[in-house]
Amino acid sequence: MQTRHSGPNPWLPRLVVAPGLALGLLFIYGLMAWNGYLSFSASRLMPNYGFVGWAQYEALLENDRFRVAMTNLAIFGPLFIGGAMALGLLLAILLDQKVRAEGVLRTIYLYPMAISFIVTGTAWKWMLNPTTGLEQVMRQWGFADFSFDWLVDPERAIYCVAIAGVWQSAGFVMALFLAALRGIDDAIIKAAQVDGASLPRIYWRIIIPSLRPVFFSTLMVVSHLAIKSFDLVMALTAGGPGYATDLPATFMYATAFTRGQIGLGAASATVMLATVAAIVVPYLYSELRPRK
Amino acid sequence: MSSIPASLIGLGVAAVLGLSGAARAGEVEVLHYWTSGSEAKATASLKASLQAKGHTWRDFAVAGGAGDAAMTVLKSRVVSGNAPSAAQIKGPSIQEWAREGVLASIDDVAKAEQWDSLLPKVVSDAMKYKGSYVAVPVNVHRINWLWINPAVFKKANAKVPTTWDEFFVAAEALSKAGVTPLAHGGQSWQDFTTFEIVALGLGGPEFYKKAFIERDPASLAGPTMEKTLETFKRLKAYTDRGANGRDWNLATAMVIKGEAGMQLMGDWAKGEFQAAGKVAGKDFLCVAAPGTAKSFSYNIDSFAMFQVKGADKIKAQKDLASAIMAPAFQETFNLNKGSIPVRAGVPLDKFDDCGKLAAKDFADSAKSASLLPSVAHGMAVPAAAEGAMKDVVSQFWNADKMTAKDAMSKLVAAARTR
Repeated sequence: MQTRHSGPNPWLPRLVVAPGLALGLLFIYGLMAWNGYLSFSASRLMPNYGFVGWAQYEALLENDRFRVAMTNLAIFGPLFIGGAMALGLLLAILLDQKVRAEGVLRTIYLYPMAISFIVTGTAWKWMLNPTTGLEQVMRQWGFADFSFDWLVDPERAIYCVAIAGVWQSAGFVMALFLAALRGIDDAIIKAAQVDGASLPRIYWRIIIPSLRPVFFSTLMVVSHLAIKSFDLVMALTAGGPGYATDLPATFMYATAFTRGQIGLGAASATVMLATVAAIVVPYLYSELRPRK
Repeated sequence: MSSIPASLIGLGVAAVLGLSGAARAGEVEVLHYWTSGSEAKATASLKASLQAKGHTWRDFAVAGGAGDAAMTVLKSRVVSGNAPSAAQIKGPSIQEWAREGVLASIDDVAKAEQWDSLLPKVVSDAMKYKGSYVAVPVNVHRINWLWINPAVFKKANAKVPTTWDEFFVAAEALSKAGVTPLAHGGQSWQDFTTFEIVALGLGGPEFYKKAFIERDPASLAGPTMEKTLETFKRLKAYTDRGANGRDWNLATAMVIKGEAGMQLMGDWAKGEFQAAGKVAGKDFLCVAAPGTAKSFSYNIDSFAMFQVKGADKIKAQKDLASAIMAPAFQETFNLNKGSIPVRAGVPLDKFDDCGKLAAKDFADSAKSASLLPSVAHGMAVPAAAEGAMKDVVSQFWNADKMTAKDAMSKLVAAARTR
């Protein structure tokens, strides 16, 4: 009987999982390691294993364009993550008020997620472009002085990227929060109401804190979207004006694949990885640690 | 046995095969990114001439990104030891690939057909690595063109400019008449195309060579460069606000429709005019950009030949090289593409006025050392430095606060990028 409990072959489950694990190790961690190695090499057009130490990283730090890309990430990241989370949560709370036609509204808000970033970027490009979009329409309606040219202003174009990104992702965040809100026991809220707490107070002190695990997973999803943002920038501004809206991902692509500087591109990819790790690892650690 | 180098064995095998199968048909696989209508027609003529010799043609077209996508695919193919026979590679990239040791010499074809006497020296030098031909040129595009809508000029009472001073007079007149004087697309290669045309017009071929080809810091930060940058920036006031990110063909469309008066662009713009049913010399004018009538900045497309295995494949590759240089192909291809033949001895009667003028200027400028490679089109400097220089110029164009002095010091640093 004992043998039947552990199955016909105790190795079978391991065997079944093994290919997936091996592929994961090879294609995720293996390639990460290879990239790390390339970032210390003199690779140009093709991988080359001449070791050059930290030279690529030094070149990276002196590179003006990379500095712009990192600054942009520092602006875009918080705006995108914060904007998408705040707007998503707000929409979820509003939808949770037992409104009529909730199903329809939920679908409408969730739909942007079904569109690829390329489409979002292109559509927003038309809307934000001063000669084809919003500005033109407002002027045709008679507001001759109306001006909205952030997209062509190198100082402000990055905010346009954030606007389009938030629009795209807020619905997805909403769906996650809405599911979590539905999971909260009504009894707790009723109890609070009996105690005389106002509705905002109930949300602020009871409901939102109990959404903590969902906050965690949503933040993970949204922040990795921010750091790897590539298609949105390519479609919306192609990094322009000039390279004013470059992000580390577009920088990496340009150096590694179009300028024959694979070593430099690999170094920037490693910096991106380190950035993600710096945010995610402590958070994972604090969240997944068994509570005492 | 094992002490005999593998290459020697290979040589022996190749010699035997070569003797026994001199006339055997092989296969050529050609990587290119000519996928648009007129370009595809042009490549089809090459395919036909290869098939006429009994070879099989394997098309390896990778669309998109002006060749970026194609280069990524090519890299993976070469790294995995499975290179195509030929790939569309141009400018200093040919040297970069040759340095990786993956290109094949086609000197015997070149010697037999006397390419050295058919091609201008600057062109043949670009096709050679350490003195041997490793690539074949296909066509020549002239960059320093100014495209004009004469109807708009007439309405605005403007004169076709030949110097930059006249250009601004004309632009002012067009502006008063309510049209956008200069159609521009704010993409870094278009910014740099405009910039290098201004530099050539103001500084002449000598300055252009010093600053862009030798990348001499003194020229890059000198008074001529300052004037170039200031003139370049002045142009921005004559473009429209929607220019950012616009594709070149949409900018050309503005000139075609009469929304804009002029465009500075290479001669592929002609294809757009023709596709819209416009006639050169009547509905649109092509003139050398201001101050550059005697110079010719070029973009030459070429095919680099990769090392392939098997005598039949090598034979097919050499036939391909010879077919590309053949006058018949050069004529058909360039008529379709809007460019001009790269070699001497191709009849020009089927070409239009713009093509004839370009061909004449190409021959003249080759003699007077004012035939210059375009930086914006990957002809003059390695990709990394080119990218860095484009970054600076685009940033200067877009950032209103940046001064010419700042731009020059950044340009010097960018030109040093290795």
